Amino acid sequence: MIQFSIRAAVRSTLCAAALASASTVAQAQTVKLALIDPQSGLMAPVGLNQLHSWQYIAEIANQKNWAGGPKFEIVGFDNKLSPQESLTVLKQAIDQGIRYILQGNGSSVALALQDAVQKHNERNPGKEIIFLNYAAVDPDMTNSKCTYWHFRLDANSDMKMEALTTYLAKDKNVKNVYLLNQNYSFGQAVARGAKEYLARKRPDIKIVGEDLHPLAQIKDFAPYVSKIKAAGADTVITGNWGSDLALLIKAAKDAGLNVNFYTYYAATTGVPTAMGAAGEDKVHYVGYWNVNNAKFVGADVAMGYDKKYHDDFYTMATYTGIAMLAKAFKETKSTDPVKVAKALEGMKVESLNGEVEMRKTDHQALQPLYIAKWVKVNGKDVKYDQEKTGYGWKTEALLDTYVATQPTSCQMKRPN
Amino acid sequence: MEFFVISLLNGVSYGLLLFMLSSGLTLIFSMMGVLNFAHASFYMLGAYLAYTLGLKIGFFPALFLAPPLAGLVGALVERYGLRKVHRYGHVPELLFTFGLAYLIEESVKVVWGLAAVPYRVPEFLDGHLFTLYSTSFPKLRGFMMLVALAMLAAVYLLLTRTRIGLVIQAALTHPQTVEALGHNVPRVFMLVFGGGCALAGLAGVIGGVAFVTEPSMAASVGPIVFVVAVVGGMGSLAGAFLASLLIGILQTFAIALDWSLAGMLAAVGIHVSEQTFLYSLWKLQLSQVAPVLPYLLLVLMLIFRPKGLLGTRAD
Repeated sequence: MIQFSIRAAVRSTLCAAALASASTVAQAQTVKLALIDPQSGLMAPVGLNQLHSWQYIAEIANQKNWAGGPKFEIVGFDNKLSPQESLTVLKQAIDQGIRYILQGNGSSVALALQDAVQKHNERNPGKEIIFLNYAAVDPDMTNSKCTYWHFRLDANSDMKMEALTTYLAKDKNVKNVYLLNQNYSFGQAVARGAKEYLARKRPDIKIVGEDLHPLAQIKDFAPYVSKIKAAGADTVITGNWGSDLALLIKAAKDAGLNVNFYTYYAATTGVPTAMGAAGEDKVHYVGYWNVNNAKFVGADVAMGYDKKYHDDFYTMATYTGIAMLAKAFKETKSTDPVKVAKALEGMKVESLNGEVEMRKTDHQALQPLYIAKWVKVNGKDVKYDQEKTGYGWKTEALLDTYVATQPTSCQMKRPN
Repeated sequence: MEFFVISLLNGVSYGLLLFMLSSGLTLIFSMMGVLNFAHASFYMLGAYLAYTLGLKIGFFPALFLAPPLAGLVGALVERYGLRKVHRYGHVPELLFTFGLAYLIEESVKVVWGLAAVPYRVPEFLDGHLFTLYSTSFPKLRGFMMLVALAMLAAVYLLLTRTRIGLVIQAALTHPQTVEALGHNVPRVFMLVFGGGCALAGLAGVIGGVAFVTEPSMAASVGPIVFVVAVVGGMGSLAGAFLASLLIGILQTFAIALDWSLAGMLAAVGIHVSEQTFLYSLWKLQLSQVAPVLPYLLLVLMLIFRPKGLLGTRAD
């Protein structure tokens, strides 16, 4: 009996050794991407959803061999939504030999990372890292503060506001607008953009109130809601995301606030549940994709994601990101960030929302934008709901790439 | 008028939640002299326990079960931890509760995960209680106020009208005498500590469902609880009640007001523009600094009236 177990142990050890050596061979072709985003705290539901989105798309890419050899592996790092913490985990990721950084939540974090990546690359030639920003949308990052190693897959705040106000300007019922945003670079950019573009497109619209509140700290939005009500607003424009949007909509629902919400992020985790029936026909979002598009492109991805994680797939930029990296790996026959960065400049890929181009001058992705409205699922143009609420997003407008495209002031310094 | 009344209601209901949170802390401090840093952790524990129990037995049974459970944890902590540390003085006690706060937070993360749990409002409380002018007032907030007031009445009656309450009060000032009369003073302390923690747990059951139940919820209310205790006067239950309402109303109305220094200067004829030195300071609106106001109040209170609103001692 003892002998037998020893033999079994030896056999299993040998097997394990064989497997291990096989996996080192595979590892040589595996490219690790570090996702630096909140995976704990108030914003964790969003961060975890996005971690899974990246992992799911990477899995698809690996199965279908998009990159022609190299495999993708996503490693999650929790930055607790703090720029400080992000720099610490960036160091950890670099120490682990990771050369690709993914981040999206919070422009405050993204700006810190952009700067740190630039410095790292200047000081460590031969060990360059690439920063793929999939959701931090402060316009500065591709304008006055643009850097060569930063690539933005999402449309920036000004582009979204351009699209949103183009759509909003056609609605004659909009008269009094209230701006409620988070008090940091992104929220301020939304407020500034809204005022600027509305003044240009519909000078008759009044901004009846404007508020900036601390990011991810407010739990009770009731005072803000009564302020919006007192201001007599019929429309609220907000760049709030995560719990800041979910709790705002929840408070608005509780107080029976009857206004239209134009948001950037109403499709993100937690918000659909908070809205439920109360948001019907009232809440809109502007973004780069909607699963209920004319041909339901990407619905298979969303379904597969739901099956695996019991969650909604909304961060479509993950698809664009992996597709671009895969194409760059294939074209350059390399996973070296120096070559890949060069290949990414001006690259065009077919993503789930159509053609996406990584503009060479400022590394800002140009893509069509969607405006969608929260309605009951009807099985025709709104087939897919969110968070099992029975409500989903109806595509109200699909804006061609040129509508939202903005000029850039970026004067990029390229490495020699 | 509508705005004023609704804001007042919002402020009072938020204040009452603060009171539920801080009354336990005040109670423990006044009776045992222990400044419990882990107090907000019991608030979190209450929320998580109620969420888990609620999945099995429903919200209302959980409302009654979760606070005693949190209290039981508190009592065990007192019996097997704090009591041992007690003999070394107040600083080790403080450090002990400080460590305990971390311990509870990390345990919660391990057991329930890092993300928020979907702790939902029961259908009975989901909806509008009444509509005032054109703004509706949610049932949950009404319920929150009701529970807080019921709690205040219960604690008050317990302390002043029952035998155990008399023993507790006597044990505070004359522990030796009470012991000589045959009462078990350490057990009285254990009951007080457990009771205080149960009150925090009760606040958690309500606060968790009204807002978000996630691992940093303790850290986010921790400081404000101390503000209430200090402003109200260390150890004064009535003071804590007053301070909670004051802070709740202050914060709610501050958000509503767009006053800024620039506006005030403009009123006296001084124009401030973007070129003015320190413009970012002048243009700060009261609504933007609202979350900081309670701490400002704390600092001012300590400078000008260290014993707090209704406190009896200044040490």
